[in-house]
Amino acid sequence: MAEIREKVDVCVVGAGHAGCEAALACARLGLETVIFTVSVDSIALMPCNPNVGGTSKGHLVREIDALGGEMGKNIDKTFIQSKMLNKSKGPAVHSLRAQADKADYSRAMRKVLENQEHLTIKQAEVCELLSESYDSSSESDCIATKKVTGVKTFTGAVYECKAVILCTGTYLKARCLCGEAITYTGPNGLQAANHLTDSLINHGIEIQRFKTGTPARMDGNTIDYSKMEEQLGDEKVIPFSFSTNPDDVQIDQVSCWLTYTNEKTHEIIRANLDRSPIYAGIIEGTGPRYCPSIEDKVVKFADKERHQVFIEPEGIHTNEMYVGGMSSSLPEDVQLAMYRTVPGLEHCKIVRNAYAIEYDCINPRQLYPTLEFKDIKGLFSGGQFNGSSGYEEAAAQGLIAGMNAALTIFGKEPIILDRSQAYIGVLIDDLVTKENLEPYRMMTSRAEYRLLLRQDNADLRLRKIGYEAGLVPEEVYKATVYKKKLIDREIERLKNTIIGAAKDNQEFLLSHGSATLKTAASLAELMCRPELNYKVLSEIDSNREPLPEDVIEQVEIEIKYEGYIERQHRQVEQYKKMEKKRIPSDLDYNDVSSLRLEARQKLIAYKPVSVGQASRISGVSPADISVLLVYLEHYKSKS
Amino acid sequence: MKTDTIAAIATAVSDSGIGIIRISGEDAIVIVNNIFRNIKDEKSLFKYDSHTIHYGFIVDENETIVDEVMVSIMKAPRSYTTEDTVEINCHGGIFMMKKILDIVLKAGARVAEPGEFTKRAFLNGRIDLSKAEAVMDIIHAKNEFALQSSVKQLKGSVSDKIRNLREEILYEIAFIESALDDPEHISLDGYHDRLTVKVNHIINELDKLLSSADNGKILKEGIHTVIVGKPNAGKSSLLNLLIGEEKAIVTDIAGTTRDTLEEFISLDGIMLNVIDTAGIRNTEDIVEKIGVERARKISSNADLILYVVDSSIPLDENDEDIIRMVQDKKVIILLNKSDLNEVVSEESISNEINKILHNDSIYRIIKTSMKEDNGIETLTDAIKELFFHGEISYNDEVYITNMRHKEEIRSAKESMIQVCKSLEMDMPEDFYSIDLMSAYVSLGMIIGEEIGDDLVNEIFSKFCMGK
Repeated sequence: MAEIREKVDVCVVGAGHAGCEAALACARLGLETVIFTVSVDSIALMPCNPNVGGTSKGHLVREIDALGGEMGKNIDKTFIQSKMLNKSKGPAVHSLRAQADKADYSRAMRKVLENQEHLTIKQAEVCELLSESYDSSSESDCIATKKVTGVKTFTGAVYECKAVILCTGTYLKARCLCGEAITYTGPNGLQAANHLTDSLINHGIEIQRFKTGTPARMDGNTIDYSKMEEQLGDEKVIPFSFSTNPDDVQIDQVSCWLTYTNEKTHEIIRANLDRSPIYAGIIEGTGPRYCPSIEDKVVKFADKERHQVFIEPEGIHTNEMYVGGMSSSLPEDVQLAMYRTVPGLEHCKIVRNAYAIEYDCINPRQLYPTLEFKDIKGLFSGGQFNGSSGYEEAAAQGLIAGMNAALTIFGKEPIILDRSQAYIGVLIDDLVTKENLEPYRMMTSRAEYRLLLRQDNADLRLRKIGYEAGLVPEEVYKATVYKKKLIDREIERLKNTIIGAAKDNQEFLLSHGSATLKTAASLAELMCRPELNYKVLSEIDSNREPLPEDVIEQVEIEIKYEGYIERQHRQVEQYKKMEKKRIPSDLDYNDVSSLRLEARQKLIAYKPVSVGQASRISGVSPADISVLLVYLEHYKSKS
Repeated sequence: MKTDTIAAIATAVSDSGIGIIRISGEDAIVIVNNIFRNIKDEKSLFKYDSHTIHYGFIVDENETIVDEVMVSIMKAPRSYTTEDTVEINCHGGIFMMKKILDIVLKAGARVAEPGEFTKRAFLNGRIDLSKAEAVMDIIHAKNEFALQSSVKQLKGSVSDKIRNLREEILYEIAFIESALDDPEHISLDGYHDRLTVKVNHIINELDKLLSSADNGKILKEGIHTVIVGKPNAGKSSLLNLLIGEEKAIVTDIAGTTRDTLEEFISLDGIMLNVIDTAGIRNTEDIVEKIGVERARKISSNADLILYVVDSSIPLDENDEDIIRMVQDKKVIILLNKSDLNEVVSEESISNEINKILHNDSIYRIIKTSMKEDNGIETLTDAIKELFFHGEISYNDEVYITNMRHKEEIRSAKESMIQVCKSLEMDMPEDFYSIDLMSAYVSLGMIIGEEIGDDLVNEIFSKFCMGK
């Protein structure tokens, strides 16, 4: 029988946000890459909310951009409204969020993929993972028993390759629920992928089932906006990508709208709970607590009189509006009745119903922090397949999985971002180290060193890593190095410029409501006063040279929050000590008799790569870590 | 700023003549130099050679002399841990050693983890690699022991208090964090003032905990001594006599003590932690019943039982009950009310016990009259004798655990003060939660709780967020 047999370097399964970044990273590093999707029209599809970024997710997009990924550039090209959230709060929690024109976003990304050298787009369902057994006994630090050799599609075509990256999103054995109506489809009625799971299980991969949901889309012509509060974008838009010229993003923006549920809405929901697949026990998967359905909100927060509802455009070429805050899996008739109780939606017509979706994904503790499977050499994965939620979380993992697949093929050291380097590091460490019982969503509170991991300094933190991996062009990297130099030089100058207690200076201080000087102080010291800042101080800073705004921003933050930032740096030093202590992956914990039983079981299940990672596994105590340190010393001497 | 220099009491915590506090780590010499005063010459400790010993005084933060000591210096790598090590040879006695260790901690060291000196010696290559197994066992065993003593010895009221404080702190962090993560749903307007009130309240509570830690009242320190007996045998009178004041309410109504009373008593330097319990009898009164149950529980953890018997009335099934309850314990039997007609003699009670327990053990029996203050001296002598013969002893680990707890409370307080400062300086809210989290972590160490997903769980359970 004649069948197609092709030889490539990398196969990426799925062309969502993870798959796109993974495929682009590999192709850009020169590897022949094929990206598979069940529908070419659904490349970089946004099947849920029509925006990119948001608290902590905005940080992820900035980091993706600094490393040489595509998401930031793509949203800058296709956004229709943008807002910096948390502006009144500390710089560490400022977060950019943009409304996307969904169709444009998808189309623009497809174009990038199509025009990328070494990258082939293929519409096909991958049904089988191909592998051979692997003997890792001669390799130190490897416990794989299998090695990936390729994939097979539904039509029988075989693609041989060196690495496979699984980014199947919510498509594996997907099932959508809208009340009693159940369809076996992926998001948006797209074809589900029903075969691959079995092949993965045959490879010994542990599968679990998660669920998520999305609200209805309304016909915008049936909405009465006069009953809602208008939500405008920022006057001055800041781009996501460090490479985007800020002038290019000052566009005419569309509005979003705010309205509220009320007692009536809640009554309808409560009266129909028995018809909700979740409360009727039909849904098996675990949903994210961060994105509760409206039925969940009404049940769990029964004393709340109203919940916010954000009406957001799906794009500028359509009237469809997204009803943020009211995702649901109630039956169609209940949905319509419930939505129509909301002010402004009294006469609404639903274009697409709200639904819940269940899908297969993996327990991510089977992965190394490089996102490679511990047991299967050359198999990587990213996105919702790894048990996360969100476009940005997916893209971040896809990028890292892609970079590491490529670096591994080249025989180079893979990239592991740690918790002190990036939100991406926190995201991946949490996924592979903690017990994740629901789709994982990034949150700023998960980043313990968040003062250092700001969205404004992602380039300073990560450009170098992207450059060394080969994804960031040299001139871009050099610009970042130069920026850093300007920042350091200006901070130094401000610390060394001393302001005396002369009359002019005292008058300046008084005029800004600031206490007068008893002894001389540096400009840096004055900048720490809450009522003063860099701009204001220009009056008494005669030697100042003009500097770019992004440099001034860094200078201001570094000086104003120096004490706090210093403290975090010290904590990071402590943290890094333990991260640097590597644990050989073939270490047999049964040999370490002084470990408590619970700790031993956990360590065997997780196989942490470092003592630091081991210490974050729940059930492993500080005493167990001490025992482990002693054992490792002993082990080193043996080998 | 905490360094990674560790300290601990190296000798047994007892009333011996000499005690040694050992300090090891990069800053060992700096730390001791700051609290050591040399009279003969002004040289700082840095200038002395390794393996020399020096005479002087330890002073507290007010420059008040605390003890006359000898300080020996062992410079890296020629010490047990191969780090700079200083040993303070001070006067023995629990009080003095604790006091000096406390000063050392305030000067910048931290309490060593169980087995940490050995761990360091090993990791620094001082101990032969072949001994790894033994070193791991030591660390494991010491930690298990410390964990047990820490949890068992922590007073219920104290751990409740700490739990409450942690809950309060966690709520605030969760509120701030949910507002940061979902600014469009949750607003921080007016939060500044609310948090200021809360933080001051928490600092107050931590202060109270700290002062009770200073009085050794966080942990059940000392010999855990429990007074048991039937109702109206004279248990509360015994407690009052031992402490020399009327703390327990004494009436001649049987069952007056319905709950347990606890007092710290020093018998010539031996610390006793004496607990008076409700009289044991079969009762229908619910409150009294709870008291009886509690007495049973407390007795099971006792180091020493003082069993008070009313010798003017015959033994009954309640006595049989008590005898079975305390059969595995160190017991002193007090035949009280010797001023009245003797119904129970030393011989008759011995026989009774041997009959019940099917043994022929000999028991310490002392005749007392609480009413006439007779026999108390004989009792204290008997306790001292038991102690000096090593039949009852302190749990050393308790003292160290108490030190660790204190350190954690102190650092929780420092974190809360930092929150105060941030509030005063009008820093953005996200800065508060950093220090609130540190305080939460510190307090968690005391009750042995991991942080895990506490915050995320609190956020999702208390605040409605998300699209």
